[in-house]
Amino acid sequence: MIPSPVYLDAATAAPLHPVARQALLAALDDGWADPARLYWAARRARQLLDAAREATAETLGVRPDELSFTPSGTSAAHTAVLGGLLGRRRTGGALVHSTIEHSAVLHAAEHHVARGGTAVEVPVDRLGRLDLTAWSTAVAGPGVALAALIAASHEVGTVQPVEAAATACADAGVPLYVDAAQVVGRVPVPAGWSVLTASARKWGGPPGVGLLVVRKGTRWESPWPADERESGRTPGTLNLPAVVAAAASLRAAAADAAAQAARLSPLVDRIRTRVAAEVPDVEVVGDPERRLPHLVTFSCLYVDGEALLHALDRRGFAVSSGSSCTSSTLRPSHVLEAMGVLSHGNVRVSLHSGSTEADVDRFLAELPQIVADLRAQAGVVGL
Amino acid sequence: MTTPDEVLDCLGQRCPLPVIALARRLPELPVGAVIRVLADDPAAAVDIPAWCRMRNQEFLGAAPAPGPAYDVRRVR
Repeated sequence: MIPSPVYLDAATAAPLHPVARQALLAALDDGWADPARLYWAARRARQLLDAAREATAETLGVRPDELSFTPSGTSAAHTAVLGGLLGRRRTGGALVHSTIEHSAVLHAAEHHVARGGTAVEVPVDRLGRLDLTAWSTAVAGPGVALAALIAASHEVGTVQPVEAAATACADAGVPLYVDAAQVVGRVPVPAGWSVLTASARKWGGPPGVGLLVVRKGTRWESPWPADERESGRTPGTLNLPAVVAAAASLRAAAADAAAQAARLSPLVDRIRTRVAAEVPDVEVVGDPERRLPHLVTFSCLYVDGEALLHALDRRGFAVSSGSSCTSSTLRPSHVLEAMGVLSHGNVRVSLHSGSTEADVDRFLAELPQIVADLRAQAGVVGL
Repeated sequence: MTTPDEVLDCLGQRCPLPVIALARRLPELPVGAVIRVLADDPAAAVDIPAWCRMRNQEFLGAAPAPGPAYDVRRVR
C-alpha cells in the first residue's frame, strides 16, 4: 500500500495558498513589465506593486514606505542585519544577538565579524527562552550598533520575550531587529522593533519573496551597491507576480490566522503529549506554553535522525530535523545545542492550514512503531 | 581533575553512535567509575550531557586537551 502524503514541514515552506496561486496566475499576465518605466504596461505593473505594498503594510501595521520586498527571506535578514550595523557604525561595531537566531542572521553576523566587527551572543535556557538579564546587560554594553532577536524559534517554537527585549534596547538606545519569519501570517507581530523581516513561503506565499521593514527614524543604511528600487534598501528587479501572490496570500493568511492558531495549537498539544507518552526515551523540546501554534520538536534517543526522516518519508510523512546527520555541515542544530537538549533522532513537525486532525493522528499512530523498528535494527533496545 | 577508569574511543563515529557506546558500556562499570568518551562528532558535545540528564548519570564535563573527550561518572 502506498501511504498518502502528509506534509508536516510548514516551517520550511507552507504549501502554496490557493489565493497565492490565483494572484500569481493573474499577475503573470498583468505584472511582467518593469514598474519603474513610463508606459502603459509599466503603469499596470506599478499599480500591482503599489497595491501589494499597501496591503502588506496594512496587515503588518506599518507605513507602505517602510516596507521593501526582497528576493528572499534570507536576503531580507542579511540586509536587515548589515544595514542596521552600517547605519550605526559611528556608534560602534557590536551586534548583539541570541544564540538561537536563524542561520541567515548568524551568517550575516559572521560576515560582520570577518570584516572587523564584533558579535555578542546571548544564551537561552533549556526551553529555548532568551536570558533577558544577559540580554539587557549585552545591549547596554559599549559600542552596540544593533540587536537581533528572533520572534519565535523556527526550530523549537519557543516564543521570545520580544517586547521586554525591546524595552531593554530602547533604554540603551539600540535599535532592535526582529526576524518574524515564523509569526507573520500566523500570530500577532510583537511591538517595539525598528527593523523586521519575514518570508512569504512561510505563510503560503510563493518562494522567493521576503519582507524588510525599516521603521521611520531608524538609522539604517543599505549595505548593497546603490539601486533606486524598493526605497534603495534592496537591489534588483522584483519578481512582481510572486510579490503580488505573496501580498494576496498574506492578507488571506492573516485574516484566518486566529482561527488556524486555535485549530492547530491543540493538535500540537496532542503531539507533545502523545509522543512523550507513547515513544519511549523521547525528549519533547521547547516551551510547552509560550510557543508557536503550529510547530513542535522532539528527539528520539539512540535514533539516527537521517534514518528516521527516511523511514517517515517512506510512510508519506514530510518533516525536517535538526540532527547533525541531516545537515550538509554535519553539525547539530545550533538551536538544540544552545538549549542543551538531545540533538540526534530529532524531528520537527510544523502544521499548516491544510493539516488535518486525521493527518496528525496517522502520524501519531505510526511513529512509535517506526522508532521501535529503527531501534531494533540498530540493536539499541533496552539500553 | 578526574582520572578516568576507562577510555571509550568513539573517534570517527557519527551521531548517535558515541552515545550508544556510552549507554552500552557505563552499566558494566561499577557505580562511581568514570568513563572518558573520545568523540569528535560535534553532536557528542550536546548529546552526551543530554544523555546523562535523561539517564540520571553525572556529566563531569569536557575533558582537557587533547580532546574532544567527555567524562561521565556512573552514579546509579
